[in-house]
Amino acid sequence: MISYILRRVLSTLPVMGIVALFVFSLLYIAPGDPAAVIAGDQASPADVERIRQGLGLDRPFLVQFGTWLWHILHGDLGTSIFTNLPVASMIAQRIEPTFSLMAITLVLTILVAVPLGVAAAWKAGSWVDRTIMAFAVFAFSLPVFVVGYVLAYVFALQFEWLPVQGYTPLAAGLWPWLQNLILPALALGSVYIALIARITRASMLEVLQQDYVRTARAKGLGQSNILFVHALKNAAVPIVTVIGIGIALLIGGAVVTESVFAIPGLGRLTIDAILRRDYPVIQGIVLLFSFLYVLVNLMVDVTYTLVDPRIRY
Amino acid sequence: MSISTSSTAPVPSGLVIAPQLPDLLLPVAIRRGVLGFLRNHPTVAIGGALLLCLVLVGIFAPWLGTVDPTALAPAKRTRLPSADFWFGTDLLGRDIYSRVLYGARVSLTVGLSVAVLASLAGLAIGLVSGFVRWADGILMRFMDGLMSIPPILLAVALMALTRASVGNVILAITVAEIPRVSRLVRSVVLSLREQPYVDAATASGTRTPMVILRHILPNTLAPMLVQATYICASAMIVESILSFIGAGTPPTIPSWGNIMAEGRALWQVKPYIVFFPAAFLSVTVLAVNLLGDGLRDALDPRMAKSL
Repeated sequence: MISYILRRVLSTLPVMGIVALFVFSLLYIAPGDPAAVIAGDQASPADVERIRQGLGLDRPFLVQFGTWLWHILHGDLGTSIFTNLPVASMIAQRIEPTFSLMAITLVLTILVAVPLGVAAAWKAGSWVDRTIMAFAVFAFSLPVFVVGYVLAYVFALQFEWLPVQGYTPLAAGLWPWLQNLILPALALGSVYIALIARITRASMLEVLQQDYVRTARAKGLGQSNILFVHALKNAAVPIVTVIGIGIALLIGGAVVTESVFAIPGLGRLTIDAILRRDYPVIQGIVLLFSFLYVLVNLMVDVTYTLVDPRIRY
Repeated sequence: MSISTSSTAPVPSGLVIAPQLPDLLLPVAIRRGVLGFLRNHPTVAIGGALLLCLVLVGIFAPWLGTVDPTALAPAKRTRLPSADFWFGTDLLGRDIYSRVLYGARVSLTVGLSVAVLASLAGLAIGLVSGFVRWADGILMRFMDGLMSIPPILLAVALMALTRASVGNVILAITVAEIPRVSRLVRSVVLSLREQPYVDAATASGTRTPMVILRHILPNTLAPMLVQATYICASAMIVESILSFIGAGTPPTIPSWGNIMAEGRALWQVKPYIVFFPAAFLSVTVLAVNLLGDGLRDALDPRMAKSL
């Protein structure tokens, strides 16, 4: 198993390399000359040329890529064109709200979607099943911001149960932090819940037809024991896979959710960076999220061997 | 069988035979087939009908009681929905009903174009990597790399490079969708290659291009069609998200994402500005998803059983 994990970790290296190459090309072919921007309006062509040489922008593509990669590996993501601050520290400042939102959404999704999927599979064909699946189709079709606005309108503006928007750091207390994140997490999670509920149902339906489930019933085990211990554990591999793949939905959705609920996280930073064409910042964010995505899916692959000991590579 | 009117019997004088009507309707067998198919798969019928309505709304937007969707009327700002302004007016006094109807054009154009382009590109890449062994490794590593960038971020990054236009939005979303289609086509191709009839065709001397054309391509069509509808739905959502965050369709063109982005500042006091485009977007995406689910159940019984 150790060797499998090692090989799996090594196999992510070429993928990350391609991502890095792509993200670097983004900056390389981006319109506008960074040297001219830094030099300002008053600079002579000679000054611009000097700055360009100082930045190493006159060297070949692969050399520049190598230097850039070397800096990235040392935690240096470059400097923002707009604020002149290091991109790494700009990201670090904004990371807490985004990661809080994603973590709560993930927990909420699993807590809601898996039981829904199990219930739908258990009562397959009944009204429970059909209601849950109809809900899943609807939730899957509603864009994040639509759900966000509806939730905020109903629960924050009409009932005034929860704050309309904003963010309170975790340091200010658990409830104030949670209070601001419940609605955004529900909005962000709706698509994800639908996806995972569907996969859970499909996977459970297959497992519930197996002989050992019948055996478990025959020996008189309780329904919940059969569903959650015997069946769910064996149905877990596809569910865990989709949870991993769905992280991409979560990342894309977080950008929009933060905009709807005015959460000062990485999503807001992304939007600001796009409006200002601040390429180093865009680059840093894409790189960070892609790294996160690859890392999550790596963890998913490793958990396969934990939930299903039959898997050997 | 239709009754033949051109009989050879002599026509009595004074009697004029009506000219034969052109066949406006499809042959009965096909008509029965289509209707029966729709009856057996109600989700396809519902989704298709909804989508057809929206396409018609988009095409005939100028004749559906709309005014110029970009006409400013500062005196009539943020009017509530009324008999004059069915969906109200926005911050600049533009008629939201007109803007929403014209917005259907942008969403549907983007959704359909991305579905077609991504399918074609994915088909080409998937076929190549399924048949050319040495290219497979390179292409699939590249696709893995692209796939590990979340699609919305990839589209955002590409949009940041270029000028905002509908064409660039289509291209950016297409690039983000290609890896998934390629993967699908490749996996279908790889399993089809193992089929005995492909071996038989190869053994009887059929050349590879002909094998692809006759045996592989027709079998990829069903899963591709299902995948294309899902891509269409996802492309419409991504377009609205891009426009909503200011990286999509230029603000001068009314698109649902743009209308919502403009209503965002006021949504707590004037929620209808956001509500109407949001409702249209949701219904459109729902229609396409229903169509996709129905087609999947109808065309791919193996997948239908598992989901």
